[in-house]
Amino acid sequence: MLGSSVPDHALIRARGLVKRFGEFTAVDGIDFELGRGEAFGFLGPNGAGKSSTMRMIGCVSPPTAGELTILGMDPVADGSAIRARLGVVPQEDTLDVELTVRENLLVYGRYFGLARSVIAERAARLLEFVQLSERATDQVEPLSGGLKRRLTIARSLINDPEILLLDEPTTGLDPQARHAVWDRLFRLKQQGVTLVLTTHYMDEAEQLCDRLVVMDAGKIAAEGSPRTLIERYSTPEVLELRFDPDEHEQAAEKLADVPAQRQEVLADRVLLYVTDGDAALATVRGLGLQPRTSLVRRSTLEDVFLRLTGRRLED
Amino acid sequence: MSSTREAVSVRELPLRVVPVAALTRPWRNLGGRNSLYLVQRHARAYRHMWLVLLSGLGEPVFYLFSLGVGLGQLVGTVTGPAGTQVSYAQFVAPALLATSSMTGAMYDSTFNVFFRLKYAKLYDAVLSTPLRSGDVALGEITWALIRGALYAVAFLAVVVAMELARSPWAALALPAAVLTGFAFAAVGMAATTYMRSWQDFEFVTLVSMPLFLFSTTFYPLTVYPRALQVVVECTPLYQSVVLMRGFVLGVVGPGLLWHAAYLAVMGAAGLLVAGRRVSRLLLK
Ligand SMILES: Nc1ncnc2c1ncn2[C@@H]1O[C@H](COP(=O)(O)OP(=O)(O)OP(=O)(O)O)[C@@H](O)[C@H]1O
Ligand SMILES: [Mg+2]
Repeated sequence: MLGSSVPDHALIRARGLVKRFGEFTAVDGIDFELGRGEAFGFLGPNGAGKSSTMRMIGCVSPPTAGELTILGMDPVADGSAIRARLGVVPQEDTLDVELTVRENLLVYGRYFGLARSVIAERAARLLEFVQLSERATDQVEPLSGGLKRRLTIARSLINDPEILLLDEPTTGLDPQARHAVWDRLFRLKQQGVTLVLTTHYMDEAEQLCDRLVVMDAGKIAAEGSPRTLIERYSTPEVLELRFDPDEHEQAAEKLADVPAQRQEVLADRVLLYVTDGDAALATVRGLGLQPRTSLVRRSTLEDVFLRLTGRRLED
Repeated sequence: MSSTREAVSVRELPLRVVPVAALTRPWRNLGGRNSLYLVQRHARAYRHMWLVLLSGLGEPVFYLFSLGVGLGQLVGTVTGPAGTQVSYAQFVAPALLATSSMTGAMYDSTFNVFFRLKYAKLYDAVLSTPLRSGDVALGEITWALIRGALYAVAFLAVVVAMELARSPWAALALPAAVLTGFAFAAVGMAATTYMRSWQDFEFVTLVSMPLFLFSTTFYPLTVYPRALQVVVECTPLYQSVVLMRGFVLGVVGPGLLWHAAYLAVMGAAGLLVAGRRVSRLLLK
C-alpha cells in the first residue's frame, strides 16, 4: 500500500489505527507513514474520520486500538513531549478572545516554556509572515475568518514545530483568503516544514500535497501522489455533458454506445472518462445527441474520489 | 513520564474503566510547573479588565462597616474563641476575611472556568501544547486562589487599619486565606466541570449563600441548637472562619491544624477531580 517515496525513518507511523466513540467507529484501522519534509494530506468528505485522525496525531485523543508513533514516541505516554514539537491548526479556531492578536502569540509561546525574548522576536516575524503586523494590537473577535485562520497558523508556528497539523486550513474562506493561506503554507513547505493536512477540497490537496490518502467512512480507500492517483483511478480527460432535464435519462442510455472507460451519471450531468475528450464529443454529436452544454477537462482528484466511493467529495 | 507510562497498561486492561487510572495513580492528574503559564495568561488577560478585579474588594468592606460597625453599636461585646470577650466588629471581621477568600476564589473557578471550557475553547488550545489536563486544573485553581488571596490582603489591611486585629498571629490569616482559596477554587472548578448550562450556577449561590450566613459569620456557634451546631461544624467555610478568628484574635492552638487539614484535603480532592474531568471532557 505504501509508495516507494516513504523514507526509512518515519516521523509519524500508524498501523491498524482505530478510534471509536462508544459503539461508533470513526477511524477504522488505517495505516500510513510519513517522513520529514513531506506534505501529506487526508482527503475525504464530511465524517470520513479526518479530524479524529488528526486529533490522535495531535495527542489530544487517545487511540482506541492499533499502533501510533509520532517522532518515535507514544502519544499516550509522551503526549506532552510530542506536543512540544508539533504545531496545530484545529478545524475550529481556538484563538484566545480575551487577548489581542499579538498577545495570542506571546501567551501561546509561553505554554511551550519559551523565553519571552525568543517569543517576542518570533511573534514579530510570524505576524509579518501572515501579514497581520498592522493588526497586532487589535482584539481577535472582530477579525474576519481569513485573518483568524492566518493568526491560527502564525500561532501554530510559534514553537518552531517539526510537524505542522492543519485540519481543513481553508474551509469557509473566500477564494482570495484561501489563496493567501495556500501561499503561506507553500512557503512553509519550501522551508522544509513537514505538513499534515486534511481537506475536502481537491484543488487544495493537488496544490499542497506530495502524497495523500483518500479517506472514506473511517477507512483509507487509496494512497499516492495526486498525479499517480489520477493516473491509476481515472483517465486523462473527462467529458462533462449536461442535457435538458427531461432528456437526461434517455441521453444517458444512448451514451452507453460511446466508447469510454467509464461513465458516471450524476443528478445534473453525465461524465465520460476518456483519453480524448474532443473525439468523444464528436462521437456524441454523431449519435444525434444535443447536450445543452459540454466541457472537456482534465481528470482531478474529485474523479478519483467518485471512482473509489461512488460519491462526490464536495457538498 | 514514568507515571504516565502506567496509563498505557491500565488502558489495556480488559475492563477499560477510566476512573481506575485515577484511583490507582491519583497524583498523575496533579498539575506541575507548566500550570504557571496558564496563571501568566490570566494575569495578562486581566490587564484588559483590571476593574473587574477590583469589584470583589468592596463587598466584605461594606459588610464590615454596615454590620460589624453599625450593628456592633447595638450588640456590644460577643464571646469569641476560648471565651474571650471581643467587640462585634472584631468578631465579624475574621469571618468576612474567610468569606472574601472564598468568594474571590469562586469567581474564577466557576463562571470563568465554565466560559473558558464551553465557549472560549481556551483549554482546547492549551491542551494542544505541552500542558496536560492536570496543569489546566492546577493553573486555574492557582489563579483563583491568588485572586482570593488578593482580596484577603486588601481586606486584612482594612482590618488592621481599623485596629481590629488583636495579635501578630493575624499575619497567619494570609496563608489561611490562601488555603481557603485553594479549597474553594478546587471544589468550585470540579463542580463546574459537571455543569451543563448557566442555569446550573444557581447551585453555586444555593450553596455559598447559606455557607456565608451560617458559618458563625455573624453570631457564635452557641446560638444554634446542638444538632445544627454539628452540621455547621462539618461545613467548609466554618473551618476557615475558625482559623481566621483564631489568628486575627490571637487565640491559637494545635486544634487549628484540624481545620487547616480539612481545607487542604478538600482542595486536593477538588484538584484531582477537576483534572480528571477536564481530561474526560476534552481529550476524547
Ligand atoms: N467526540 C465525538 N463523539 C462522538 N462521535 C464523534 C466525536 N467526534 C467525531 N465523531 C464522529 O466521528 C465521525 C468522524 O468525525 P471526524 O470529525 O473525524 O470527521 P471529519 O472527516 O473530520 O469530517 P468533517 O469534514 O466534517 O470535519 C463523525 O461521524 C462524527 O460524528
Ligand atoms: Mg473534520
